[in-house]
Amino acid sequence: MLQNAFQGSRRYWGLVGLWAVLILVGAAAYSRQLSEGLHITGMSRDVSWGLYISQFTFMVGVAASAVMVVLPYYLHNYKAFARSVILVEFLAVSAVLTCMLFIFVDMGQPRRVMNVVLHPRPDSPMFWDFVALSGYLLLNLIIGTVTIEAERKDLPPPRWVRPLIYLSIPWAVSIHTVTAFLYSGLGARPFWMTAILAPRFLASAFASGPSLLILLALFVRRFGGFDVGRQAIRALGTIVTYAMIINLFFVVVELFTTLYGAIPHDVHAFAYLFTGLEGRAALTPWTWVGDLLAVVSGLLLVVPAVRHKERYLALLCGGVVASIWIEKGLTLVVTGFIPSPLGAVTEYAPTVPEVAITVGVYAVGGLILSALYKVVLSVRERVQLA
Amino acid sequence: MKDRTGIAVGLGVFLIVASYPVWNGLAAAGGPGRPELEPARDTSGCVEDTAYMAAHHQALLNEWRTRVVRGGERYYTSSSGRRWEMSLTGTCLECHGGKAGFCDRCHEYAEVRPTCWNCHLSPGGG
Amino acid sequence: MAEDRRRFLKEMGAIALGAGVGLPLLDPARWIERTSAERSTVPVRQWAMVIDVEKCLNPEVRAACTEACHREHNVPHIPDPEEEVKWIWTEEYEHVFPDQVHAHTAEGTRKAPVLVLCNHCTNPPCVKVCPTGATWKREEDGIVMMDMHRCIGCRYCMAACPFGARSFNWRDPRPYVERDERGQPLSDFPTRTKGVVEKCEFCAERIRVGKVPACVEAAARVPGGEGALTFGDVADPDSEVSRILREKNTVCRRVALGTGPNVYYIVPAGVPTSLGATAPANDPVTGPATGRVGTAGEA
Repeated sequence: MLQNAFQGSRRYWGLVGLWAVLILVGAAAYSRQLSEGLHITGMSRDVSWGLYISQFTFMVGVAASAVMVVLPYYLHNYKAFARSVILVEFLAVSAVLTCMLFIFVDMGQPRRVMNVVLHPRPDSPMFWDFVALSGYLLLNLIIGTVTIEAERKDLPPPRWVRPLIYLSIPWAVSIHTVTAFLYSGLGARPFWMTAILAPRFLASAFASGPSLLILLALFVRRFGGFDVGRQAIRALGTIVTYAMIINLFFVVVELFTTLYGAIPHDVHAFAYLFTGLEGRAALTPWTWVGDLLAVVSGLLLVVPAVRHKERYLALLCGGVVASIWIEKGLTLVVTGFIPSPLGAVTEYAPTVPEVAITVGVYAVGGLILSALYKVVLSVRERVQLA
Repeated sequence: MKDRTGIAVGLGVFLIVASYPVWNGLAAAGGPGRPELEPARDTSGCVEDTAYMAAHHQALLNEWRTRVVRGGERYYTSSSGRRWEMSLTGTCLECHGGKAGFCDRCHEYAEVRPTCWNCHLSPGGG
Repeated sequence: MAEDRRRFLKEMGAIALGAGVGLPLLDPARWIERTSAERSTVPVRQWAMVIDVEKCLNPEVRAACTEACHREHNVPHIPDPEEEVKWIWTEEYEHVFPDQVHAHTAEGTRKAPVLVLCNHCTNPPCVKVCPTGATWKREEDGIVMMDMHRCIGCRYCMAACPFGARSFNWRDPRPYVERDERGQPLSDFPTRTKGVVEKCEFCAERIRVGKVPACVEAAARVPGGEGALTFGDVADPDSEVSRILREKNTVCRRVALGTGPNVYYIVPAGVPTSLGATAPANDPVTGPATGRVGTAGEA
């Protein structure tokens, strides 16, 4: 079945070529990082996590969002998702792989990565994140390949895969919860230490993941002749809307506690985001644009007349993904470090090599996604012809 | 066979690439035979006998590392009953001089690159 | 591809994956024993330090401490403050004890220079979060140690430390280590490598041979610096540190977080005046002032 990934149109190979070029650029930058150290990034003693970890945080959400399709289809027999499930499972595979790669490129001593396995520490959320991500990758890889193989043979999937599918549902929730727990248990970082972080992560994941899926589904319909169906797109749009509204509500809730409670060390971080702190305001434009985009997209999505037109839906989904990417992928991680434990406001901006490595990692995800989707498309084509 | 030339060329390229370590190593060879090690300052003997150290010094150093760093221990009792302080720079190199005259000799010969020297210091630099 | 060849390849792949993941975990008994042993009960001793802020107002005392520590441990001098590595250094009182400063705290108190270092907490959050156990709290004496061989450089400990005590090697530190006239580093202590986190370890290697930490010794040699830093076992009621803690008014940093720091500060009875009002920018170790919350006006 994998041979389908090696046969394709000129357009497909063009896409693969694009990923390959970006991967090479990223690899070149990474080899420089390996030899010189992480000083080539924009991270510092005060802001010790940056673009890599924030992208990991965003992509974990995308990976976890597979549950929003798997749950209705397998637990509640929502037939409309029949053709979407495989797309979301392979999206999860590609997303988890990029997550693990982002963590890997962030490590100061990557050759020692196996130490997490050789010297496990159950007290550390990072250890559990490693377990959760590895397990989720394995689960979705098995489920995806088994179901697509079954489809190719025009048979129902084997019975033993069912319990794995059921397991993947709480597991999806757990990968993003444990990622939130990386942040929300640290007394040193009041911006992160809020019980609502995990619910926020999940809500924004369930908005951004299905949004991305809608965009991908529209893409494969346009360029691959694979149609998940109007009802599926519509249902996904509904899920995105509810998730986004809940996410916006959580933001309001957080803003109230912080601003009304007015405890200085809680307020400082929000002040940095919305107005700047001590004259430093690098993230302020991003914050306002992101939040405006989130509110506008969320509210417009509520209107059925807007949401049911696929062109507008695609646009608004783009807005949802962009706004949540700004939040998780830019503002969340860095702001946790501002101000520092000693009151310093050290700003962060990624450097060119750092962005190159990030793009390279995303390109790896893109390549894997393209290959897996190509397999799906080819199998579907053959089954339809048969 | 239709693709005879292509196969022959491909096979040739493969053989050249696969045997790279051999002909590259031959070209860069620093002469045959075991490398010369500078004699130790103290001739009363090493931590363990030479044959054991040659074969197991990596394992011994790893054991010392774990016992010192994680166990907080200080002394090692060798198989001869002699007590040694477990320290790469303080014990091994104190006697064997710098890494250039001792450790590097065999390591360069065998193309081994241990990462000890990223952190640990050798008298005389390195 | 023929079906049986595919099946064979898949089975080989599965075996390789299983072995790769499973073999390291084949030692469950030893793992359980190891983790439960390192999960210590109450340590036999708890090394602690008492810092007399008044005596440390003298910049010579502070400089002696920081230089002695950084020399003893080959701590690199990296000029860029964003990449600097420091084990013990000076900060202003209002940043060290933010919970003790109010709207009308005297300027002299706000700006008083205070030595800061790793607190070797009783409940260290950095130890809790480390995924590999590269940092751990020693059972026998309570020092929070670093294992430079195991650290994977994930910097989770840096995120978890509420005191900003940890530094990461963003680059190879060797070129920045001070050398003597022969070009050799000033001490035998291993320099670290790029990609690992480091911090004060209460001079564990000196304690092992019966010495006090380098900073304590160096401070005592400065005229007027005797008793500036006191080191001892806080679990021993007869130790000097225990005596001081009984007799003097002491505070700790960020007590409300519950980490149980073991560095105690005797705060000055009066507002520090000219000697203490020198801004840390003059301190030879902290280097040029960077943008700080509180040092308004200085860029």
